[in-house]
Amino acid sequence: MIVAGVDVGSLTAKAVIMKDNEIIASAVLRANPSPGQSAREVMDMALAQAGLSQGDIEFTVGTGYGRKQIDFVNLVESEIACHARGAVWNMPSVRSIIDIGGQDAKAARIDENGNVERYGYNDKCASGTGRFLEVMAEALDVPMEDMGDLDLQATEDLSISNQCVVFAETEVISLVNKGYEVPDIAKALHKAMAGRVAALAKGIGVEEDIAFTGGVAKNKGLGRALANALNMDLKFLDTDPQTNGALGAALMASQVMAEKKSA
Amino acid sequence: MITAGCDVGSLTSKAVIIRDGRIIGSAIIRSSSRPEISAQKVMDEALEKAKISQSGVEYCVGTGYGRDNIPFVDQARSEIACHARGAVWLAPATKTIIDIGGQDCKAIRLDKNGRVEKFLTNDKCAAGTGRFLEVMAKLLGVSVDDLGKMSKKSREPVTLASTCTVWAQADVIQYINSGIPVEDVGAGVNNAMAGRVATLANAVHAQREVAMTGGVAKNAGVVRSLEKLIGHKVTIIRKADPQLAGAIGAAVLASDVKEGRA
Repeated sequence: MIVAGVDVGSLTAKAVIMKDNEIIASAVLRANPSPGQSAREVMDMALAQAGLSQGDIEFTVGTGYGRKQIDFVNLVESEIACHARGAVWNMPSVRSIIDIGGQDAKAARIDENGNVERYGYNDKCASGTGRFLEVMAEALDVPMEDMGDLDLQATEDLSISNQCVVFAETEVISLVNKGYEVPDIAKALHKAMAGRVAALAKGIGVEEDIAFTGGVAKNKGLGRALANALNMDLKFLDTDPQTNGALGAALMASQVMAEKKSA
Repeated sequence: MITAGCDVGSLTSKAVIIRDGRIIGSAIIRSSSRPEISAQKVMDEALEKAKISQSGVEYCVGTGYGRDNIPFVDQARSEIACHARGAVWLAPATKTIIDIGGQDCKAIRLDKNGRVEKFLTNDKCAAGTGRFLEVMAKLLGVSVDDLGKMSKKSREPVTLASTCTVWAQADVIQYINSGIPVEDVGAGVNNAMAGRVATLANAVHAQREVAMTGGVAKNAGVVRSLEKLIGHKVTIIRKADPQLAGAIGAAVLASDVKEGRA
C-alpha cells in the first residue's frame, strides 16, 4: 500500500511517501506564493525520489496552512493532528508536542493513540516563531543553520529583555555594537524565545514525553533553552522534525486505506 | 521661582526649566548607556539655554526609566504622573491623554481634579508605537511625515490582516506587489496604527477633552482615524515640543511641591 502526505507551510512545503508503513521518500521545498504549485512541486520531488508516479499513490492527505489549495489530495487534516500522529508513530511514549514553524508555534497534549486532547497556538505575533530566529540570525550576520550550536560557545550570561521581534532586533544590534560576543547573544536570544514558547506550552499543561517538531526543532540550542525554561526533557524525533507534519498526514492516509480495506 | 524636570528615557533624555509658569530652557539629547550621565548632560544644556546655574534651580523632579539614577533630583515621579500633569498644564481642559512615543504608547484618564484615575501602557509590542510607523514608512520608501499625508489622498484604504509589525510588513509588501496605489496602502497603515492605539484609549474609557502628545501626533492620518475609532475629537498639543511633555510635567510637579500644592 502506497500513500502520501503533503504539508504546505508558510515558508516550506513538505511531502512524505510511505509504502507499507515505511518512509520511502521525503522532500522539502522553499514554498512559492502559490500553495497549490508548491504542493505539486514538492510532491513531484518525492515521487522522483521514490521512482513512482502520482498514479501509484493510493491515497494522499494534505495539511498545513495551504492545505485547501492542493488539488491532488483526497483529504485534508489539521496540522496539529498530523504533527501529533507523526510524533507518536516515531515515539509511542510522546504525550505532548511543541511544534515551531516559520510563522507560528503550537503546543498540544495528546493521548496514547496520538489524538489531540488540548492545544494552543500563536500565529498572531512573530515572537516565538521561526521568524524571530531568522530576523536575529540576520542581525547577527550568522547563517540560520549555524545559530543552533552557537550557545555551546557562550561564556557570558546575557539577557534580552524584549520579546517583540522589532524591539529585540534593536536590542541585539545594540549588544553587538557594545562589543558583546555573538555566541553569548545567540544564547540569550534562545532563552528569550524559549520563554515565550514555554508560556504557550505551560498554558495547555504539557506533560512528558514532549516531542519537539517543526523546522525550528533543528535548532538544538533552542531545544536546550526550551527544556530549561520548561524544566522538562525534550525529545528529538529520529525522523526529520521538519517533515513530521507530512509524515503524520501520510500516516492518516494509510489509516484511511486500512479502514477501507477492512470494511 | 525656578524649577526643573528631567526625563531620562531609553532613547532620548529631556530637561525643562520653568520660571514662574514659563519655560525658560529645554533640551533633548540621545540617551547614553548610563542614565546619570544622560541626565547631567541634558540638564546642563537646558541650564545653558536658560542662562542659569544648577544652584539656581529650587526644586527638580526626575522621571523616565532612568529616574532612580539621577543624582541631582529632589524627587522621582512616574512617567504617567508627569505626562498627566504636563498635559493639564499645557491644555487645562484635558481629561484623557494619549502619548505615543517611539517605543511605547500610553493612555491616561484623569478625574475632574486632574488626578490619574486609570492608565494603560504598551511597551512590549511595537504595534501601536512610533516604531510601527517608522518600519512601514521605510518599507513604502516615504518619510514618516509623508505617510501621514497619504490618508487624505487615499480613496480605498487597504485593511492590514495582522497586528504584529513583522507580519504586517508582509501584508504591505503583498499589497504593493499586487499593484494597489501606495496612498491606499499608507492609509491602511495609518488606520492599523490608530486601531491599536484606540484599543488602549477605549480600555481607559477616553473622555473629552482628549489630548495627544508624542511625535506621532504629527501624523494627521493616524489622528483622524483615531478620532473616528474613539468617537472624540483629539486635541494636538502644539504649545511645546510634544517630546517634552513628560519633562514639562516633572518641572510643573516640582513647582507644585514648592508652592505647597503637592
